[in-house]
Amino acid sequence: MAALALYGLATLYSAGQTEVPTFVAHIWQRQLVWLGLGLIAIWLMFRTSPRMLEWATPILYVLSIVLLLLTLVIGTGAGTAASSKSWLAIAGLRFGQPAEFAKLAVILMLARWLAAQREPPATLRQLIPPCLIAGVPTFLVIQQPDLGSAIVFIAVLFFMLFWAGTKPSLLVLLASPVIGLVLAFSTATWGLWIAILAGLLLWWRPYLWEGLAVMTANVLMGVVALPFWNRLAPYQQNRLLAFLNPDVDPRATGWHVIQSKVAVGSGGLIGKGFTEGTQKRLAFLPAQHTDFIFSVVGEELGFVGVLVALGLFGLLLFVLLRIARKATDPYSSLAVFGLAGLFFTHILENVGMTINLMPITGIPLPFFSYGGSFLLVCCLGIGIALRVAWESRQSGYAEL
Amino acid sequence: MSAFHPHQLDRRLRAARTTLWIVLGVISLAFFRTQILGHGKYQLQSETNRLRPIPLPAPRGIIFDRNGRILAENVPGYTVSLLPGPPADLRRTLALIAPIAGLDSGDIADVLQRARRAPHQPALVLTDAPFAVVSALEERRVNLPGLLIQSEPKRYYPDSTIIAHLVGYVGEVTEGERATQRFASVRLGGIIGKDGLEREYDDTLRGAEGVRFVEVSARGQMVREAEPAATLSPVSGAELHTTIDLELQRYIASIFPPGRRGSVLAMNPNTGEILAMYSAPGFDPNAFVGGISPAYWRELNENPAKPLLDRAIQTRYPPGSTWKLGVAAMGLKRGIVTFRTHMPIPCRGGLQYGNRYFRCWQARGHGALSLTEAIAHSCDVYFYQLGIKLGVNTMLEDGTAWGFRGRTGVDVPGEIPSEYPTGPEYYDRLYGPRRWTSAVALNLAIGQGENAQTLINMVRLYQQLASDGRMRTPFLVRPASVPAMESVSLELTPEQIAGLRRAMVAVVEQGTARGSRLASLTIAGKTGTSQNPHGPDHGSFIGFAPAEKPEIVVGAVIEFAQHGSAVAPLVARTIAHYLGLDETRARSMRLAVPADSAPEPFVIPMPPRVDPLRIIPVPVIPLPTDTVRAVPSPPTR
Repeated sequence: MAALALYGLATLYSAGQTEVPTFVAHIWQRQLVWLGLGLIAIWLMFRTSPRMLEWATPILYVLSIVLLLLTLVIGTGAGTAASSKSWLAIAGLRFGQPAEFAKLAVILMLARWLAAQREPPATLRQLIPPCLIAGVPTFLVIQQPDLGSAIVFIAVLFFMLFWAGTKPSLLVLLASPVIGLVLAFSTATWGLWIAILAGLLLWWRPYLWEGLAVMTANVLMGVVALPFWNRLAPYQQNRLLAFLNPDVDPRATGWHVIQSKVAVGSGGLIGKGFTEGTQKRLAFLPAQHTDFIFSVVGEELGFVGVLVALGLFGLLLFVLLRIARKATDPYSSLAVFGLAGLFFTHILENVGMTINLMPITGIPLPFFSYGGSFLLVCCLGIGIALRVAWESRQSGYAEL
Repeated sequence: MSAFHPHQLDRRLRAARTTLWIVLGVISLAFFRTQILGHGKYQLQSETNRLRPIPLPAPRGIIFDRNGRILAENVPGYTVSLLPGPPADLRRTLALIAPIAGLDSGDIADVLQRARRAPHQPALVLTDAPFAVVSALEERRVNLPGLLIQSEPKRYYPDSTIIAHLVGYVGEVTEGERATQRFASVRLGGIIGKDGLEREYDDTLRGAEGVRFVEVSARGQMVREAEPAATLSPVSGAELHTTIDLELQRYIASIFPPGRRGSVLAMNPNTGEILAMYSAPGFDPNAFVGGISPAYWRELNENPAKPLLDRAIQTRYPPGSTWKLGVAAMGLKRGIVTFRTHMPIPCRGGLQYGNRYFRCWQARGHGALSLTEAIAHSCDVYFYQLGIKLGVNTMLEDGTAWGFRGRTGVDVPGEIPSEYPTGPEYYDRLYGPRRWTSAVALNLAIGQGENAQTLINMVRLYQQLASDGRMRTPFLVRPASVPAMESVSLELTPEQIAGLRRAMVAVVEQGTARGSRLASLTIAGKTGTSQNPHGPDHGSFIGFAPAEKPEIVVGAVIEFAQHGSAVAPLVARTIAHYLGLDETRARSMRLAVPADSAPEPFVIPMPPRVDPLRIIPVPVIPLPTDTVRAVPSPPTR
């Protein structure tokens, strides 16, 4: 963890070293401050009993929903996310991004609800509450609009349902409307999907009305797909289109992806040297301190640097999985797994988009990207995980 | 069984771990593909991203005269340009530059258009920026993204107007020129020769442009010079050594009557080397360097004196009496006359031919003359009769064979062909078959009528007389191989040539050009007066010296000079100066002979078509005294 944070900080420092003077030059110092705060947060969470947390979860959840609502009313745009209302400013001071805190709150809330169930959800009806728990903030962040965070909420929901023991078939059915939505852009693929879905429904034999609901939802998605697409902000449409083909509009939309790929690709095996990346230095790389920070890693430290970073992330995730496995109670276990899911989603999405494996969404890379809120959230999560690990060791239940 | 039973958890853990491994593996592979396999491609893109090529203009080759004096050289100058970038950025920067550099909205529009035309090259803002502007811009450089100030060699012509027509000038290549094979390799905005020697020998003078790379930011701001290894130095153009004698050229310019129009051409008769080629009025070729100001361009083109015209090669004049030597040569070659031959009718001031009376310029008449005397006194009546003896066909045949229809092939661009009828069918076309008479022969014999020669073409005739009779192609730069034209000859015996020279010496000693006689030097020459329907006649003189073994032949035309005798001293002094003789006497000489005017020009009649019995007078078609060149549009900077 510490290694990751230092690596991230160093990269951020480098990201600030550009030829074109920007405010990015000094943010590594501010990030250091945030990291300090993060360490305090880790310590605080480590001192907090999971029981206490479990008790406080609904409060946190409601609080974060309220904050999200507040953002919609008085939110301001800032930095690289200038056009969206994702920041809360109090008396002119930017306070943070409630969406990041909401991610943690949703994880905890889902953990609490799922842990309270005696049996894993077996029917779609039983899945409605968790869906609502994740769905409300998802809906709110889409209004901001912040598509990236919305995807994270949904991903986290699925990870946690899986960890709670939900049958894979059920998850597929749950996911089917989303799949249907995506495939609805082509009538042929959508028709095929409906056929496959019908087959699956017959095979798994859920309750009749549930099957019907799933079918209806899929058909409905096919119908609303176009209006939904039209309702997306143009930059969101462009990002998705540019993902499919960055060369469509290399000057504007595809710019980010192309420049990022060029940066990463030109890094080669060992990179251009720390702080020496030309793509970054000459400002071809956009948002090099937040969304595209991993491109800086790729350009300056090369494939080796990338592998080290991925290795560290992998290590973190495996440790988190292990903690989740050894946790003393379902709540802790689910919460830690949810955190792992959160990290996983962020890493996959952020790293993937730098080389066009994923569409561009503005979600930060844990411990690397500049941004106080998310770093704090990550630290809080780490704190929780450490506490959970500590507890399981205390109980002698695990030989961690 | 609880969903959180360790066994259940283990199963899910395994699934989660597997997924994680797979995802990490896929990402690593993707990075491997981009970073290791695609490295070359992206490396290149990254380089081209940050490096902008900036052309380094090559210094043009220096043009020397025959003694190593400089006709055209390069001096350091500054250009200001803008690196490529989004139009909005360029506009913003230009708005900042405008007050400093004194640009108006038109200039700014020009720059933007230039940037649009060549989107990957720096757009030129100022050529030849004054040092004050350069330093003012340099101070504000931080606020001016994409500003590029370069020191570039600038063409400079120390003798400016004196050699203007000869060396020509340089300018930015046009779209039209780039479409031609010759200038296809010149980049947009490149400098090429536009006229004169600069044009003719542009391929060797131009050199090879270099290129340097600068690192730029995504905004197009220049950050620093790239590695020196990436810089390709320009190769300067080859030197050009001409046959011009700059000292002589300057002397001619100094003695040419100020304010008059005309030209002087000096040539070595034995080689064809052009020693001087002067045309007045001139222009300042330095004004073209770095883009001519529209005001000056307009003035040059609207000036009735047409300063851009090289009167030695781009203007046709009726050759007048200078032509008589050609007719005499034809007669001698064909054995029709000898130097002692008298014509049947002595000169009484005119000749009745058909129903027309053809006047001699000397109204009181020359009396009975031999050929030598007729040349010396430029007697028209003698040559009318010689013309009749030769006949139209013969004169047309010989004239065409001796290159009086066409160009000399001098290595200066823009030479216009001289005009001379191809044969009798020319008159058929002009007047209709059988609607003209042999009376045209009378006009042809004295250099009038349908005959218009450039000065250089006439000088070439005298070059032949001044050497062994063989034709030399005039040139400014010695050609690598001897041109084929040298096989053409007047086909006269050395005695005949010597006789003609004696006659020409007599012209200067006692004839119409007595003003040019120099005590220590025998100059052979002939005056000419070209009728000019638009005003006073043009005067011309072509002479060479020393008469026994000529080293220089000089031809001169002064428009509206009334008479060729006025031109003779100019030529005489030029020759004397060249031969290193005292020319003071020539300067003080006065005209001894009043006029050498050819007969009154005929009034152009409507060809009478009703009365076939009437002898049709020969009309004279007024020839343009100077050929108006198509005025090209001003070269864009």
